[in-house]
Amino acid sequence: MDTATFFLLARDGLTTGAIYALLGVATVVVFAVTRVVYLAQGEFVAFAALTLVAFEDGRVPGITGLLLVMGVIATVSRLVQGRDDLRVGKVLRILAVDLGIPIAFWLAVRWIAPSKPGPWVTVPLTVAMVTVLATAIYRIVFQPLATASVLVLLIAAFGVHMVLLGLGLYFFGPEGFQTQPFTEAAFEVGGMRIKWQDLIVLATVVVLMIALAWFFAKARAGKALRAAAINRVGASLVGIATETTGLIAFAMAGAIGAISGVLIGPVTIVYYDTGFMIGLRGFVAAVLGGLVSYPLTVAAALGLGFFESAASFWASSYKEVLVFLLIVPVLLWRSIAEPHAADDDA
Amino acid sequence: MRPTTTRDAMSPRPLALVVLAATAVLPWLPVPEYVVTIADMAGIAALVALGLVMLTGIGGMTSFAQAVFVGFGAYTTAVLTTTWGWSPWATLLPSLVVTALGALVIGLVTVRLSGHYLALGTVAWAVAFSYLFGSLPLLGQHTGLSAIPPIALAGVPLIDPRRFYGLVWIAVVGSTVLTLHLLDSRVGRAIRALRGNGDAAASFGVDAAKARLWLFVYAALLAGLAGWLLAHFQRSVSPSMFDIHAGVEYLLMAVLGGTGQVFGALVGALIVVILREQLQIWLPLVLGQSGNFEIVVFGTILLAVLVGARDGLWPLIARWLPARPPRRIDRTLAMSRAAMPARDTLLLEADGLVRRFGGLIAVNGVSLALRAGTTTGLIGPNGAGKSTTFNLLTGTLARSAGTVRVLAKKIADLTPQTAARLRISRTFQHVKLVGSMSVLDNVAIGAHLRGKRGPFSAMLRLDRVEERTLLAEAARQIERVGLGEFIDRRADSLSLGQLRLVEIARALALDPILMLLDEPAAGLRFHEKAALATLLRQLNGDGMTVLIVEHDMDFVMNLVDRLVVLDFGAAIAEGLPHEIRRDAAVQAAYLGVAA
Repeated sequence: MDTATFFLLARDGLTTGAIYALLGVATVVVFAVTRVVYLAQGEFVAFAALTLVAFEDGRVPGITGLLLVMGVIATVSRLVQGRDDLRVGKVLRILAVDLGIPIAFWLAVRWIAPSKPGPWVTVPLTVAMVTVLATAIYRIVFQPLATASVLVLLIAAFGVHMVLLGLGLYFFGPEGFQTQPFTEAAFEVGGMRIKWQDLIVLATVVVLMIALAWFFAKARAGKALRAAAINRVGASLVGIATETTGLIAFAMAGAIGAISGVLIGPVTIVYYDTGFMIGLRGFVAAVLGGLVSYPLTVAAALGLGFFESAASFWASSYKEVLVFLLIVPVLLWRSIAEPHAADDDA
Repeated sequence: MRPTTTRDAMSPRPLALVVLAATAVLPWLPVPEYVVTIADMAGIAALVALGLVMLTGIGGMTSFAQAVFVGFGAYTTAVLTTTWGWSPWATLLPSLVVTALGALVIGLVTVRLSGHYLALGTVAWAVAFSYLFGSLPLLGQHTGLSAIPPIALAGVPLIDPRRFYGLVWIAVVGSTVLTLHLLDSRVGRAIRALRGNGDAAASFGVDAAKARLWLFVYAALLAGLAGWLLAHFQRSVSPSMFDIHAGVEYLLMAVLGGTGQVFGALVGALIVVILREQLQIWLPLVLGQSGNFEIVVFGTILLAVLVGARDGLWPLIARWLPARPPRRIDRTLAMSRAAMPARDTLLLEADGLVRRFGGLIAVNGVSLALRAGTTTGLIGPNGAGKSTTFNLLTGTLARSAGTVRVLAKKIADLTPQTAARLRISRTFQHVKLVGSMSVLDNVAIGAHLRGKRGPFSAMLRLDRVEERTLLAEAARQIERVGLGEFIDRRADSLSLGQLRLVEIARALALDPILMLLDEPAAGLRFHEKAALATLLRQLNGDGMTVLIVEHDMDFVMNLVDRLVVLDFGAAIAEGLPHEIRRDAAVQAAYLGVAA
């Protein structure tokens, strides 16, 4: 491989690797705070890209309907769970939050969409809606399962994935789409073409990473999340509501997934079921990072991006096989290094 | 409320016969063909789910990769029949061999993974192999292989689902019977004791790693058999039939039926297959578009079971079945006992035991000498290193330094299994019994090393004489600790004090020369303690050596011949009980007074 090819591959690998890094970090946040190995992260990516496409075409995106369905389920399940202590105020609050927000989005989007308002409106709107979807999932599934074992939570994550996959097909349809690039502009450095598009992706990822680092180091909510991650019982004893930290973790996963979808939309054709395999790359990076370390996860994700672009250069049809088999030795090493850490029964 | 008797092995015979008869005559009944087709597919799926129940519910290993092994079986026969022109019957054995070898290689790595890492590992296998199936030109890549010939029986090709039915359900009923036989045996008890971390099973000589690998291959073989049937039923194979979504669907069947239940696999497979076929017809009509919408229902059912009914459906069905009659114990059968060492021989000699946990030294140079036929007490304040010393002597923990001699022979590699083979048995401070198993089965695990019969003789019921002898021995030890009336109760229905006695019975079932008892009297009532003391004295009389950790000083002082006092990981005093009582260092350690 000559130097020019190497840089070409490195450039492509860096862009995809950066997106995998975002998804990997989101997986680690969710696992650390809620103990859920959330494998359905990719649905947020695909649904965000498909929502943005619909906005670009001036259509009403299917996610509004999906949010409504999830809102109804969330409302019903919260009312059923809290049936022993239903005061008027509480019922109204549940209705306003769990049902009110999806209805508000449904109405607002129907009003806004036909005027094709442009990315400064549609991107934040897309991220907001996917974030609400993520919180609804937490409320419906993972909050009631808060005390379940890691294994049960993992199986539940697959349950969520199945539901989202089927609903995604219904609400987004079977067609694949590609979003418009942010810009077509490019410049040359030392004979290599650098696309502004790639730089925007990298810059977004770097800014997000810095924001996340600040959030966990300085912000009150971020510290609460860290406390809950280290010791759930201890955190709840000092007044940190673990439902709230779980909700925040899922909201972050939703937002990060949506932003990844916005970034990946122009690069690849996205179908309703494309997300799963993209999300699993983030999961692989997170496992390579031991499901605890953010820097290792980022490093692993970048390595994964480069590995994939190198593998596709040699037209290897076995790249997925290799990517996923990569985590087996890491799991083995962790099992031996801390034999009793993962002991919990289904 | 939990049922107090075990109902998880086999349902009463009359009912089973009615169900069996109904199953047998189905293809001759005037039912539409699609009903028989569904029954065929349910049978094939039930084989996979049965393996998964064994692996997940009984062995404690959750796998998302079971569809991969269906793929091994299906692709092997598909390639051999289409590319090489073999007859379908000739490919049955190769299909199973390929599956077994694949499972052996994958299992060697996978069964070493602990807890949820194992499940995540199977996710990786499932994704990697579905891509591999889709990439290999030999396997027809993404389109798969088609025009697979049907299985022929006496010259008649089994194309009609009514004709195929017999083959499928003979496989299902046969596998179910073999599996039930396996569970109801020495090996079955060992497999059922693997859940959790398997420490207790290992302490009675069960080779946990080997048992887990064996179980992994067994579950894969059931899947491989299903794959062989599936390939000749569908007459085509493609990668999507064996991907992770298929793996999750098989897991759904196991979870829905009840992961710990053999019959749950049948119930789960039947429900999921019927639902899938019906929903594929109705949902597109209702929704006005075609697509894979049944997965929404499956995902919802999976979540509903996890949130609302973690034990699945079988316990709800089992509630209507009459309880299993208590097991008959043949009291005439007795087990031969090995000789006890002569009284006062030096039985166990530990010298300079050290155990470090990172920077912490939990045990720092403890030496002990136990003579045959005596009882030694190991006492000391909390955190003194008593349980760690126990774990070092039984091989549960590896020692950082020091030597252990048993009957003057130096034991270099002391693992729980070697300790059990040296006839050293133990109880645990935190009771380690299998809650879903009966007291009898739990105690019979103690006699694991006194039996020899393996899985194959268990499946073919060639182990019955040995099995009855083992159970008679277990029953004898249960009566010895005074729990005769609880013999058929589930272990998790007993009180903590009773569970400690069950652990002692299990330790006795090993036919030990040395018993290490970790706080056996904690949680016992006054008269139970008195009975325990009588039992232990009686054991001493028979030549048994006992090392005991206990906080109840009256109990210890009246029982033991010698005492060793630990503090901060080191022995601070050793001697006769009345000497220890007067020892200044001991008083300082317990009461904190300056000597």
